[in-house]
Amino acid sequence: MTETAIAPNLSRAVAPYRRALADALELAIPVDAVAAEERAASLAKRSLKKDSKVWGLKLAISMMDLTTLEGKDTRGKVYALCQKAVRPDPSDPEVPPVAAVCVYPTMVSFVKSALGQSGVKVAAVATGFPSGQTFPAIKIAETRQAVAAGADEIDMVIDRGAFLSGHYQHVFDEIADIKEACGPAHLKVILETGDLGNYDQIRRASMIAMFAGADFIKTSTGKVGVNATLPITLVMLECIRDFYHLTGKKIGMKPAGGISNSKLALAYLVVLYETMGPEWMTSDLFRLGASSLLNDILMQLRKERTGAYQSGDYFTLD
Amino acid sequence: MVNYSLLMARLNVRKTYKLYINGEFPRTESGRYYPIHTATGGELLANACRGSRKDLRNAVQAARKAFPAWSGKTAYNRGQILYRIAEVCESRAAELAREIQLLGSSASEAAKEVSRTIDRWVYYAGWSDKYPQLFGSVNPVAGPYYNFTVPEPTGVVGVVGPETPALLGLVSRIAPALVGGNTVVAITSESRPLPSITLGEVFATSDIPAGVVNLISGIKNELVPWLASHMDVNAIDTTGVDESELAALEKAAAENVKRLVRFDAAAIGWDDARRSQSPYAIAEFQEMKTVWHPMGM
Repeated sequence: MTETAIAPNLSRAVAPYRRALADALELAIPVDAVAAEERAASLAKRSLKKDSKVWGLKLAISMMDLTTLEGKDTRGKVYALCQKAVRPDPSDPEVPPVAAVCVYPTMVSFVKSALGQSGVKVAAVATGFPSGQTFPAIKIAETRQAVAAGADEIDMVIDRGAFLSGHYQHVFDEIADIKEACGPAHLKVILETGDLGNYDQIRRASMIAMFAGADFIKTSTGKVGVNATLPITLVMLECIRDFYHLTGKKIGMKPAGGISNSKLALAYLVVLYETMGPEWMTSDLFRLGASSLLNDILMQLRKERTGAYQSGDYFTLD
Repeated sequence: MVNYSLLMARLNVRKTYKLYINGEFPRTESGRYYPIHTATGGELLANACRGSRKDLRNAVQAARKAFPAWSGKTAYNRGQILYRIAEVCESRAAELAREIQLLGSSASEAAKEVSRTIDRWVYYAGWSDKYPQLFGSVNPVAGPYYNFTVPEPTGVVGVVGPETPALLGLVSRIAPALVGGNTVVAITSESRPLPSITLGEVFATSDIPAGVVNLISGIKNELVPWLASHMDVNAIDTTGVDESELAALEKAAAENVKRLVRFDAAAIGWDDARRSQSPYAIAEFQEMKTVWHPMGM
């Protein structure tokens, strides 16, 4: 890897960072695509019933980043979403709050006050979301401001153009810079797997993100055609496992986009459990990025409670 | 000694009678079936799908999804599509009649049932752009307002088809719901499901959008309670429900205040063209909306 022309001038020592990138690329071994897809498909077939289903669905809610990332977001809409995040089903106190509310940076301080002492975290997308096509200084400034406004977590996007051109050092440095800008906030790095083309690239990007300082790696923005899939999640989880074995550091995983029903959410939990074991079954290490999923889970839970199939008419529109 | 002439004999290619959900013909997710025999010889005719509550759930989901587009179509277009169903029924008349006959009707009864079925589609197709005039109104009010009442479709309608006449009975209850812009999940005759399932093939080839009408065969006692309690079903036609099961159904249906409709087949019969088909059957699956509109605007 030669140093690229577009890498920003860094004031910190270059050598350890070079070393980390080299390690990341060394771990980016080819992925057996057929085996990954087959394993994901076989795990997705597992059927959870009754009590274990209810348990899994509640766990899925507690791992959810309830998300609204629309140009038309208003305070009114975001406020309603926060209410729902804290108390997803007002008729059932057994239903836990979600893990975080994920919004654009300008909404952060408002969401922070709306959530109050509920314990639900505030996540902000940053770094020129969703394309990441803006100036490095602006990305850093955006991140700092979001954290200053009260964001507990930052969801950044990588520069896919640079990654696909092979400018891995640039991608790596950018993630490291944003991590530094995050300060105490957790950093989730969105790889936008739909843009990357294949599993080998996804593994490479995962490794780069983790070695550069990501606390979470995340599949997608939800703004491109292909979002999170089970095999992609499996491949990324295996990266996390390999990274953990090498460094002892636990990195979180967040599939996002296209996870719209309960059955699929449970399939993700099965893949998680079978790949990472019970240690990772916590919202500190696994999140589901979703918006319409919550209503589907609530309908499933109420169906389990009442015995009748439910209707969208009796659940809030988000 | 091998009898080669037997080996050479052609095997019949028999139709698998499947469900009709969302414009497709899936087997029941439960993998179960139940045998249908001829009325006369007791010979095995087919293994019909023994649909499950999850098939029903999928069908309701499909019907709910299809509702906005179907109810949003022009009345004229819905009429055209119902008429098209009549056309395709006509071209399948022989097959439908044969199935009815095998399940216990005489040839002439079967032929009569099929032609009545086709006529019923045509009858309700014709009502598509007329019933709103009949049931809607401009109401006199004491103030500077126009006041209109217009019928709107109820939503997703569950239809439990009568045991006999399996085809004519089912169509007589489905057609008025459909022409009014409702989407339908129908449970077919338990003892004589075959012509109703073939009706699915008619739908699949007659311009009616996927999900607007869905057909589930199976054991009624297994299916009806789930239909009755389903919160996303807005009305149920209980014509094919046994009298003894009615109270339980009504109780379960009360949770989301379903509209319940029952055609009195015993008193009216299915054949009398003046009494067994009626625009009032359309109105039974309509909600009346009244709008106040200021004058001079």
